Amino acid sequence: MLLALLALILAMGGVMLLQKALVPKFGLDLAGGTTVTLSPVTQSGGATPSQESLDLAVNIIRDRVNGSGISDAEVAKAGDNIVISVPGAGQEEVVKLVGTTAELRFRQVLAVAAANATPGKLPTAPATPAPSGGSTPAPSGSAQPSTTAKPTATAKPAPSGTPAGRALSSALTAPTPAPSASATGDAKDAKDKATPEPSGSAAPSASASAPPAQEDPMAGVDLSGVDPAVAEQFKTLDCTKKDRGQGVQDNPDKQLAACSDDGVAKYILDKAAVKGTEVAGANSGVDSTTGEWIVQVNFKSKGASEFAKITGQITSAPQPRNQLAMVLDGVVISAPVIEEPIPGGQARISGSFTQKTADDLANQLKYGALPLKFVQSSIEEVSSTLGADQLRGGLLAGAIGLVLVVLYSLLYYRGLGLVAVASLAIATIVTYEAVVILGHNANFRLSLPHIIGLIVSIGITADSFIVYFERMRDEMKEGRRSLRVAVEVAWVRARRTILIADAVMFIAAVVLYFLAVGGVAGFAFAMGLTTLIDILVVFLFTKPFVAMLAKLSFFAKGHKLSGLDAERMGREAPVARTTVSQEG
Amino acid sequence: MSRIGSIGRRLYRGEVDIDFVGRYKLWSLLSGLLLVISIAGLIVQGLNLGIEFRGGSVFSFDKPRSSTIETVRSTVEGAGAHQVTVQEASNRWRVTTQSLTAEEVTTVQNAISKEFGVAGNQISKQIIGPTWGGEVLRKAVIGLVVFMIAIILYLTMAFEWKMALAAVVALLHDLIITAGIYAWSGFEVTPATMLGFLTILGYSLYDAVVVFDMIKEVTAKLGTTAKMTYTQAANNALNHTLIRSLNTSLVAILPVAAILFIGTTLFGAGTLKDLSLALFVGMIVGTYSSLCVATPLLVNLKEREPKYMAIAKRLASNKSASAQDAPPAKGKEPATAATSTGPASSANGAVAAPKRKKR
Repeated sequence: MLLALLALILAMGGVMLLQKALVPKFGLDLAGGTTVTLSPVTQSGGATPSQESLDLAVNIIRDRVNGSGISDAEVAKAGDNIVISVPGAGQEEVVKLVGTTAELRFRQVLAVAAANATPGKLPTAPATPAPSGGSTPAPSGSAQPSTTAKPTATAKPAPSGTPAGRALSSALTAPTPAPSASATGDAKDAKDKATPEPSGSAAPSASASAPPAQEDPMAGVDLSGVDPAVAEQFKTLDCTKKDRGQGVQDNPDKQLAACSDDGVAKYILDKAAVKGTEVAGANSGVDSTTGEWIVQVNFKSKGASEFAKITGQITSAPQPRNQLAMVLDGVVISAPVIEEPIPGGQARISGSFTQKTADDLANQLKYGALPLKFVQSSIEEVSSTLGADQLRGGLLAGAIGLVLVVLYSLLYYRGLGLVAVASLAIATIVTYEAVVILGHNANFRLSLPHIIGLIVSIGITADSFIVYFERMRDEMKEGRRSLRVAVEVAWVRARRTILIADAVMFIAAVVLYFLAVGGVAGFAFAMGLTTLIDILVVFLFTKPFVAMLAKLSFFAKGHKLSGLDAERMGREAPVARTTVSQEG
Repeated sequence: MSRIGSIGRRLYRGEVDIDFVGRYKLWSLLSGLLLVISIAGLIVQGLNLGIEFRGGSVFSFDKPRSSTIETVRSTVEGAGAHQVTVQEASNRWRVTTQSLTAEEVTTVQNAISKEFGVAGNQISKQIIGPTWGGEVLRKAVIGLVVFMIAIILYLTMAFEWKMALAAVVALLHDLIITAGIYAWSGFEVTPATMLGFLTILGYSLYDAVVVFDMIKEVTAKLGTTAKMTYTQAANNALNHTLIRSLNTSLVAILPVAAILFIGTTLFGAGTLKDLSLALFVGMIVGTYSSLCVATPLLVNLKEREPKYMAIAKRLASNKSASAQDAPPAKGKEPATAATSTGPASSANGAVAAPKRKKR
């Protein structure tokens, strides 16, 4: 038993050493930083947001935060809320990042280029750009790099199937979203028609298009419709960077330069043709005839007519202007080619989807239908000095508390108190190790509520010993039992009490953890953790240790300092009597 | 002095016999009074909710030498904040205002930075939207209800429903009284306070569970020929675990007192103080209730069972017949007795009683 515990402690210590992690990770109330809690504003319908849309919102926000270059930030779902913790940052920058609502829009693609085709990179690109660019001014210039650079970009993503290539590939292999309207028959037709084409036209959507676009004089012409300012943005946009414009609050009435969500391509997009809120629903499924994964989108009535209009307008446009991009939170999530006008408000997107990529896209579209609006229900910025103060205070309080408990145990239980102290020490070590390991592997951050929870549970841990010791002394008091027997008999009974009592604490911790918000959850976690550690220590250390001690004559014979002396046991020992009267 | 000393000695030895259960009326009166006062406090005074529940903004920064309450207030008000309260928390200023928008917060922060030369990132800020507190409160109440149900189920399984009921009633008792103390004293209620309240639940039950476990063990062997009523047995069990209850409570309260001390002296206001204060108050109330509320209530419920009524009746008539006898048989034996068979055990208790009688 003792060995098992020792092995555990050493193993955990070993893990800590291996990971070079000797200090716990601290929460922001101790380390300093900003925590923003976002609560979804429920739409007039009053329905609580679905878990999927929350997850998606978390992903969107995480993408924004990561894109901003803030390191070590954490975006997590807590019940219906989203908690964003950013160490070391002030509230302004964090609020700026997360304060806006992610929206979905459908926009016609005006131009496409490879992700990193920025002017700066032009020289490295094949020679072509410069000459052709010469004919047309700035806008065309921006188009050129795209064409030349494309091949490089395409190479990787295009090969269908990779999630990265999803948006593109959906257009590539099956520029089918068109399959006009709902009619599956039609759809099939369209698809059949489509498939041959894509190989050729595949280019447009992503990048594969290099040759056609390059040769196509239309490209330059098309770009003429582009707002010069947007073209300028497009030129400098580098989608290979982390910050590729996600979270930009796009104005639906203006053109937009945006990246694909996998960062492979960049687009110039026209004004929003259909807003995401016009999406009635979206779901993924398998096409019964082809066996391919597809995504179906339904529009509300206004959206349906808008969608019919835009698809009618662009279907006959040259590449890449026959693509309709879906933009979520400033990032193009898919840009399929429109094969034909789609009236009726029902469209399907097919392409080399996997189940996951199809699900993802459907969820994103659904999210667009009901964008989650959030209010910043709580913002907390803790300065690093206050954090350090609080940490110091917490540790100091813990130390004082521990010392008081140790002193009390020694005074009251004397020799046995040593066992209690040793057990507390072991529990402290195990707890510390657990906190460190959890911190580095499960991203558990020690915060003030945790520390208080841990300190408070010193009491729980100590109580287990008290229950056990009192039982033991009861047995001893009988006078008929030797210490060695008493240790065992008392254990059987104390064990039950300890387990039931710990179970109650554990239930409390679990309920609080799952139902409460904010600091309460952290506190509950600490309480649950220490309850488990308490059981571990009592079973693996305290009991075996006491059993071992029972073999020592110091305890077995009831030495005055052992805590098991005759006086304490209330036996009618004359010696004890005198002591009583002296002290009394 | 000598009397105190001997009580301490007897406590140390576990030789105490306080008739907790028998003084049922006293406790009911006391608890009833406390409950009435508490509820009255909640109605009349209400709880002093912190800004976390009302919504608002808090700025907190190290006190620059040049600053006074007035200069801080005028600076913050000058930046467009209303309902400004400036508090001194040891070496920091803590300024609360109405709920500001993110931009307004920046304005105030800049004003403070400019006026007092405190770097913007050294100003701690907290902005609580007006709906957040309601959310926190709602979750806490849901948590509480679910917890109670879970506990009732668990204790019903582990013990019996009467014990579960008694434990939960004691728990509500603790919560209401703690809330009452908060209402009357005007201590601020923050989410940290609620953490404390919720933890009290755990403790209050924890204590009751240990006592009930002993009661269950002691009373399990009360047969029809028992020499003790349920009341006496329960009282024995209670006295039996008294040392443990007191020890445990003391050991639990010590660290909490340490947090309270640090929290008050070092920070003045904040999580540490709020939480530990709630715990401190709650634990004291909790210890009282597990001794004087939970068990008497349980006994009251159990004595209504025909089985125990019969024992009580028989013993009562015996008693009047023999007219002497030490009513509450002293506590220690039942525990051990439980291992032996029923009749033997009660005999055991009876034998032991005279021996312990000297005080």
